[in-house]
Amino acid sequence: MADVAVQHSVAAAYEPSLFGTYSKKIGMWLFLLSDSLTFGALLYAYSYGRISTPNWPTPFHSGSIINATFMTAFLLTSSLTMVLAVRASVFGRTKAVRLWLLATMACGTAFVILHGREWSRLISEGLTLPVFPAVPGAETSKEFRDVSKTVPQFPATFFGLTGMHMLHVTLGVVYLGIIALRKKFIPILLGLWLVAWLATPAYSPFHYGAHVLLVAAIVCTVILWLKPKVYDSSDVEVAGLYWHFVDLVWMFIFPLVYLMSTRII
Amino acid sequence: MDAVQVAIAERVAEQHRHHGKAQFFWVWGALLVITGMEVYLGYQNMEPVRMLSILMALSIVKAALIIGYFMHLKFELTRMKWITMCALVFCLAMMCVFFPDAFRIIKYGVQ
Repeated sequence: MADVAVQHSVAAAYEPSLFGTYSKKIGMWLFLLSDSLTFGALLYAYSYGRISTPNWPTPFHSGSIINATFMTAFLLTSSLTMVLAVRASVFGRTKAVRLWLLATMACGTAFVILHGREWSRLISEGLTLPVFPAVPGAETSKEFRDVSKTVPQFPATFFGLTGMHMLHVTLGVVYLGIIALRKKFIPILLGLWLVAWLATPAYSPFHYGAHVLLVAAIVCTVILWLKPKVYDSSDVEVAGLYWHFVDLVWMFIFPLVYLMSTRII
Repeated sequence: MDAVQVAIAERVAEQHRHHGKAQFFWVWGALLVITGMEVYLGYQNMEPVRMLSILMALSIVKAALIIGYFMHLKFELTRMKWITMCALVFCLAMMCVFFPDAFRIIKYGVQ
């Protein structure tokens, strides 16, 4: 049997991209499609509980709705600043890209802070999960006295869904920070971790949740060490896709979780 | 990125350069207005199923605006739009299979 001669000197021929765009962007779209199923499952679980439970709690009053409306406005504004960052990047305006990305991060951080405040209020009033430490000296409000026993699906799905979204927003802020500032963002991230860890009381879920920032700092350091590069317009666009997705998911959480569990008093 | 990817990325960037800033501000304004409408509905104490239908319709409009303009899908190739959106809608629609069970529980109780 004759040997097959393989020629290595022939220049590689590529087929044109099926989707007419570069691989990184297609990769991000595939990730977002899979992630949308994660959020879809959580939203369906919440809706299932909402339909099948006649005495579904309505813990969100006027104050919560105003708070959540501001959170929504911050996210929508962050999407606008993100798209302006993408636009600045395709024109090669490096300084403007950095400023728009920092504005996006500021809006995302404001969202997380407002959301954390809302969580802390609900937990201190007695709407909690068994895994959360008890708040010392806090009295359970009459409204939540029986919720954890009679409708445990409510705190489980509420904290599960909104916690997953908050995690995505936090990681999105870290992602944008790396794109905007690269290595310079690592010490900032470590500073944020220390502030979030030390400034929150030991019984707060954010006291332990803050370690997400430490893990993110370690992962980002490894990535920047293995593949240091100057991020170009395609990187900004791909980061923007992720950010808009986080915004998009909130557009379903806000009406389903907050507005459908509202009792204006 | 290799040369082919760089060339494609440059072509995509060229597409972006043709979009004016104004359309993004219009979309942002529309999203804020729709959010305002949703909050207004929250204060109306409507019947839950009716309110849920209206809220979901408004959320789908908001999602379409974000995906189409902010995520740029409106300007991608037709096959990309159809493949991604059909796959997503199909998978999410399949999850609706659980809802009859939720209605069964509320009608007959947990058996």
